[in-house]
Amino acid sequence: MIRKAWVGAIAGALVSLGLGLAQAETLATPSYTFNKPTVIAGAKLFAEHCSSCHAVGSLRYNRLAGDLGMTKAEIKKDIMLPGGSHYLEGMEPAMTQADAAKWFGLPPPDLSHIVRATGARFIYTYLTSFYWDPQRPSGWNNHVFPNVAMPNVLAPWGGTYAKDGKELKAGVEPKAAYDQQVADIVAFLRYASDPSVFVRREIGGYVIGTLVVLSILAYFMKREYWKDVHDREEAQKKGEGMGTGSSKPKS
Amino acid sequence: MSKFGDWLNERFPAREMMREHLTEYYAPKNFNILYYTGSLLLLMIVFQFVSGFLLMAHYVPTSKEAFSSVQGIMYDTRWGWLVRYMHVDGVSLIFILLYLHMGRGMLYGSYRKPRELLWLIGYVIYIMMMGEAFFGYILPFGNLSYWAGVVITSIVHAIPVIGPGLTTLVRGGTGIGTATLERFLALHAVLWFMIIAALIVLHILALHQVGSNNPDGIEIKKLKGADGIPLDGIPFHPYYTVKDVFGVGVFLTIFAAIIFYAPTMHGVFLERTTFFPANPMVSLPDVTPPWYLAPYYAMLRAIPNKYEGIILMAAAVMFPFFLPWLDRNPVRSSRYRPVYKAMIIIMGITFFTLAWVGEQPALPKYFLVERLGAAIYIGFYVLLPIISSIEPTKKVPERVRS
Repeated sequence: MIRKAWVGAIAGALVSLGLGLAQAETLATPSYTFNKPTVIAGAKLFAEHCSSCHAVGSLRYNRLAGDLGMTKAEIKKDIMLPGGSHYLEGMEPAMTQADAAKWFGLPPPDLSHIVRATGARFIYTYLTSFYWDPQRPSGWNNHVFPNVAMPNVLAPWGGTYAKDGKELKAGVEPKAAYDQQVADIVAFLRYASDPSVFVRREIGGYVIGTLVVLSILAYFMKREYWKDVHDREEAQKKGEGMGTGSSKPKS
Repeated sequence: MSKFGDWLNERFPAREMMREHLTEYYAPKNFNILYYTGSLLLLMIVFQFVSGFLLMAHYVPTSKEAFSSVQGIMYDTRWGWLVRYMHVDGVSLIFILLYLHMGRGMLYGSYRKPRELLWLIGYVIYIMMMGEAFFGYILPFGNLSYWAGVVITSIVHAIPVIGPGLTTLVRGGTGIGTATLERFLALHAVLWFMIIAALIVLHILALHQVGSNNPDGIEIKKLKGADGIPLDGIPFHPYYTVKDVFGVGVFLTIFAAIIFYAPTMHGVFLERTTFFPANPMVSLPDVTPPWYLAPYYAMLRAIPNKYEGIILMAAAVMFPFFLPWLDRNPVRSSRYRPVYKAMIIIMGITFFTLAWVGEQPALPKYFLVERLGAAIYIGFYVLLPIISSIEPTKKVPERVRS
């Protein structure tokens, strides 16, 4: 029985550890929620502010319909760029890579896997850590990615800051709303780097539930089969107990 | 028996094999939780074979397309993510099971006479598995795959005289590229897998020849009833088959929890740097192996000289191979050998500490841990012949404890 308690305890600990790790990726500020509405909001913001330069080449537009429940019309209106991009193909930027290399020195990276590669916290911190630096050709620098080629395209909304954090020019958005929008963009990128996440969460419970039920049934089957082993042990113990007294006359 | 059964058995020894390996194979009745690992490993190998086959149907082994073909499996192939996560997370679970399986052998003295060959075959399977894992690690061709390929194949370079030529042969050229991916795929999916499968058959045949050991390390064949059946033995089928079905259920629940809720295990089972495509122009700050090979990597790093480090690493891999002859105590199980038990616990903690430190960047602050760990690891095997011949033992009972 003690052994069985151990089995249960270890299995429970491993499952809860796995679930705990799955939930652990949250941001301290702002409240970072990762669900379909935030991902859709992030996708719209991404299309508006980011996708003229950045591709999300691995993610086809039609996945947004299947995974997030957006309609085709909505995707065509809010997400896809006018002209060029195709509903069944990956998200490609408006700008060509050659132009980009000429303008920024480096082509802007494809962001398909960026959250898996660097983590959501890094992307969020990076996007909110730009400061005004007249030394740089673009006029921008970043605290967590020094001398990055990317300019702070979100400055009109989020505001312009000096290196010491002093506000040089206020953005049109209030701070809390702006932070929430950046978090939504990060949520979209997290989804883009791992588009199976919602399907996994939806069916995972059923799969685990089925396996738990099967394990419980298997446990009772095992107990039933092993009854006679335990019975024999009991009989043997009793036999030994009696045997010490009565074995001599028998033999 | 049915007519078809008779027809079959006249032509193929199905009943006989069934009897020999299942219904009349007598296993000790006191197996504990560690004895689930064998059947679970067998199950996982089958899983890897099936998921690997499905992955290979979509994989393109060229330096240009390998990364995008794997992402195609993840993004565009129906249930592709499930198959790939099964394959990737399956590797880590196989190594967890392998370490438990081997640790069990050490705890209960299962490598001792007459099971030396059983241990040796098993240990060769483990070494082959390391190669299998390494080949598979290169195939997705993320940046970590590329640099791990460069680093590990450069170990071959250290072999005297033939080293440089052999490195070119292994890589299929001077660098890591399409030729490397093609030959690694062939090694991973054909040669290595077939050798491992054949060795598993030999491992099971050797086990059924000598019979299973048990946590008490007592030979159950010594005490037989009037019918010739060991008193402490029970037929593998149905007793251990139904027990293993339960073990499979619990294990698959854990496996599913990982696949559905933490498939990368926060970069431990599927590393972050594999999500950047391979790029020879961008070297990684530290190329660390997956956790299950990290203990050996930590020992390689413990000596700041490439050749001496490789010799230490090779020794670390080879020492357990000789365990059957390094242990000189007449008692098998650590249950009746308190000193040996303490040694094994220290050894286990050291091994996983080395795995942790092997994943850390190569910084001077870790040198002490690496060296101490390497010293304890090697010390275990060097001191075992001496300690095992003088250590005190408890009285071993006649019959197994239930």
